[in-house]
Amino acid sequence: MAERIAVVEQIMGANERLAAQNRKRLDEAGVFAINLMASPGAGKTSLIEHTVKALRDRHDIAVIDGDVATGIDAGRAAEAGARAVQINTGGECHLDAVMLQEGLEQLDLASVDLLIIENVGNLICPAGFPLGAHKNILIASIPEGADKPYKYPGMYKGVDALVINKIDLRPYVDFDMDYFKTGVEILNPGLLTFPLSCKTGEGLPAWQNWLETLLS
Amino acid sequence: MHELSVTQALLDLVVQRAATAQAARVTDIYIEIGDLASYVDESIQFYWDIISAGTAAKGARLHFERIPLTMHCTACEKSFQPDGKTFNCPGCGSEKVRVMSGEEFRLVGLDVERAAQPSALEVENG
Repeated sequence: MAERIAVVEQIMGANERLAAQNRKRLDEAGVFAINLMASPGAGKTSLIEHTVKALRDRHDIAVIDGDVATGIDAGRAAEAGARAVQINTGGECHLDAVMLQEGLEQLDLASVDLLIIENVGNLICPAGFPLGAHKNILIASIPEGADKPYKYPGMYKGVDALVINKIDLRPYVDFDMDYFKTGVEILNPGLLTFPLSCKTGEGLPAWQNWLETLLS
Repeated sequence: MHELSVTQALLDLVVQRAATAQAARVTDIYIEIGDLASYVDESIQFYWDIISAGTAAKGARLHFERIPLTMHCTACEKSFQPDGKTFNCPGCGSEKVRVMSGEEFRLVGLDVERAAQPSALEVENG
């Protein structure tokens, strides 16, 4: 005879527990980790290249790169001067805590200060899979259009900082900044925002200074 | 695309709960999904039918309760579901609104059958 069992349990609890383990491991090794999320083409790898070049003289930086199939992005991070580990997700649309754990195995964490995790280019799935990073950061970009907070609220709601890349393109693209910022503010009040351009370098110092503050 | 790993997480949870309750079989599973959690019911059911084979929850029916993205206006105290184009309050136009619900993704209930005597499956599995 059937019987109802009432439970209230988070279905993704297992990933969250593993993310907490990853965080503990990073903390014990003295590593500060950021998880960069964005749509394909927003400029994740370009921002990583600039960040590594700006900070590499003062910090030991590693990059874990999640990509569906290729090693192009990890190659670019390595050329910029970071230790780079590529994780090919084999078609999965996001990194999860298990994949990050495997990536951490491949690094000597004792000699890393800053770990930059480049998530798979996607505005939906990475939001559902915490990794254990200290800061979750979203990179938006001007050509994507100003409606993205309204279309992908789950992503905008869950992040700790927002980079708005490609601001040099504003004269050429219809991008309603007020509409964009209103959506962001409602989903994520007071969200720290860094408008910048990896092309011209405008705004990059503020971003780099923020990271330096977190690392000190 | 990620529903397989999500479905696996659900199955692990259900099997564990069924074992704790000493259930012989799970017949129905009740899940709440908020609209901000980007999971597709049909896709979860599709994977469920495949990966639940061989478990106590084989063939269980999944019941999804969708929880819409709901916002609350702190200016006029109205609660509403945004139309997708704007989050501004449809009552007073204010931007002073906050997300109230829509991020849920949780297991809320199971219907189980307990065997009076050990079932053939349990004996077989020791």
